[in-house]
Amino acid sequence: MDLIWSGLREAVAMLLRGDPELWQVTWLTLRVSGTATLLSVLIGVPVGAVLALSRFPGRNLVVSLINTGMGMPPVVAGLWVSLLLWRSGPLGHLGLMYSPTAMVIAQALIATPIVMGFTLAGIQQLDRRLSLQLLALGASRWQLILLLIREARLSLLAAVMAGFGGVVSEVGASMMVGGNIQGYTRVLTTATVLEVSKGNFDVALALSFILMALAFGVTWVLTLLQQGRRPYVP
Amino acid sequence: MKRIRRWLRLGLALVLAGALVGLVGCGRSEGETAAGGNNAPASGGNASAAGGAGSGGDGGSGGEAGGSGGQNEWVILATTTSTQDSGLLDVLIPVFEQKTGYRVKPVAVGTGQALALGERGEADVLLTHAPESEKKLVESGAVVNYRLVMHNDFVVVGPPEDPAGIRGLTETAAAFRRIAEQEALFISRGDESGTHKKEQAIWQQAGIDPQGKPWYHSSGSGMGQTLRIASEKGGYTLTDRATYLSLRPNLNLEILIEGEPGLLNIYHVMQVNPERFPRVNAEGARAFVEFMVSPEGQQLIGEFGVDKYGQPLFFPDAGKTLKDLGFEG
Repeated sequence: MDLIWSGLREAVAMLLRGDPELWQVTWLTLRVSGTATLLSVLIGVPVGAVLALSRFPGRNLVVSLINTGMGMPPVVAGLWVSLLLWRSGPLGHLGLMYSPTAMVIAQALIATPIVMGFTLAGIQQLDRRLSLQLLALGASRWQLILLLIREARLSLLAAVMAGFGGVVSEVGASMMVGGNIQGYTRVLTTATVLEVSKGNFDVALALSFILMALAFGVTWVLTLLQQGRRPYVP
Repeated sequence: MKRIRRWLRLGLALVLAGALVGLVGCGRSEGETAAGGNNAPASGGNASAAGGAGSGGDGGSGGEAGGSGGQNEWVILATTTSTQDSGLLDVLIPVFEQKTGYRVKPVAVGTGQALALGERGEADVLLTHAPESEKKLVESGAVVNYRLVMHNDFVVVGPPEDPAGIRGLTETAAAFRRIAEQEALFISRGDESGTHKKEQAIWQQAGIDPQGKPWYHSSGSGMGQTLRIASEKGGYTLTDRATYLSLRPNLNLEILIEGEPGLLNIYHVMQVNPERFPRVNAEGARAFVEFMVSPEGQQLIGEFGVDKYGQPLFFPDAGKTLKDLGFEG
């Protein structure tokens, strides 16, 4: 019990002290996971939308693959990206292994199927008659997709939240492709693991509180955007 | 109407950005094929061709040029968890970086993985403590500039009540035999680290195969975590003294066996052979090896931990041979 209190106290103390390493780690966490989420939205939303509106043989297989990818274990993503980025791998000449860029790539790999899957489901659950009406009103194919994305924006913001939540909390991939290097690739989750293995439980707890606060803060902003001024009251 | 237009614009921006990413992606893949083309002659072992492949990659990646351009500045150090968990790296690396201008990426993994990274050319320099396994890398030519740096020692720790009654035994193998006879809980690293290899050697010496026994648990994690598990579950484990001392305030474990010459934990530093792996940062790796065995590096190692624990955690050994430490060469 006293560990929880000392953890809380340490968290507040670290924040008040303005510990530069803590800020650096928190900022990197936000930057890496934010960029990865942005990338996953840029890829996942268009692909998910197009997939929702098209029919082709093998579509069910593709959708199943995406839905499986929504549960992509971070260590698997980490291993695959490692194989690509190692010096002996196909992208080895870029020298990206053990860098924040490598972490962005791995995290984007984790988040993209999540965003794709949410987008797909969100657009498909719209009333089919909406598309028919839009087409009847003379919408072009692109206008149709944009309008449907707009209609599904609640689901899309949920997709962004799920994607960000998925990557900001993962540790396996960041550890594997980032290497948990102090001042360079150390993020809140890997720092927490390190402090636990060092036996500094109060610092680890403090980091975990800060991580939770960060996740909450970002999700809160997104929720405000999502809920806006119109709660679902008829 | 206004809202619709705003959303339309937002959507349009999204699609445009998506297209941009797609374009960049294409540009990159073109760069790769170019680099791949250059790579083919590079595999002939020609250093200048390898340089060509590197610049091809840079051209293709555009914005990433900073990452690959910094390659000569970065030194990847594959090392054991004990050097990181004990805090030694936090002392050595800043001094090295300030002196030489290189920047170190320490990747703290088990010795097994560190050696595997070195063997594949994924790291530039290694700091590990498994002389038997290291010898294979030296003999195969995967590493060069193999230098003795320091030692500390292994100790057997266990719960203060000592359920198996090993306190006072002088021989580690005998203590292990008694743990097996009493079926007392033993926590193993189980990660092919230097410590794990040492532990396996002692079991072999004791003539016991603990694999799969119900009292033998394999934690599969670093030294700090393994000590935590042993402490929580009241088990025995083999640990390096440095990690144990630095974690002792949080552990319910005592040193039960220590001081046998066979328990020395010897660290070597070595650089990955740049002739075999052209992407290795040879200069940076050499600088790190030289720093570790330099008088300054050795002094930092010898003084580390004295202020905090009242005794050094590591003993500098540069210039000595294994024979000086009581091993036959």
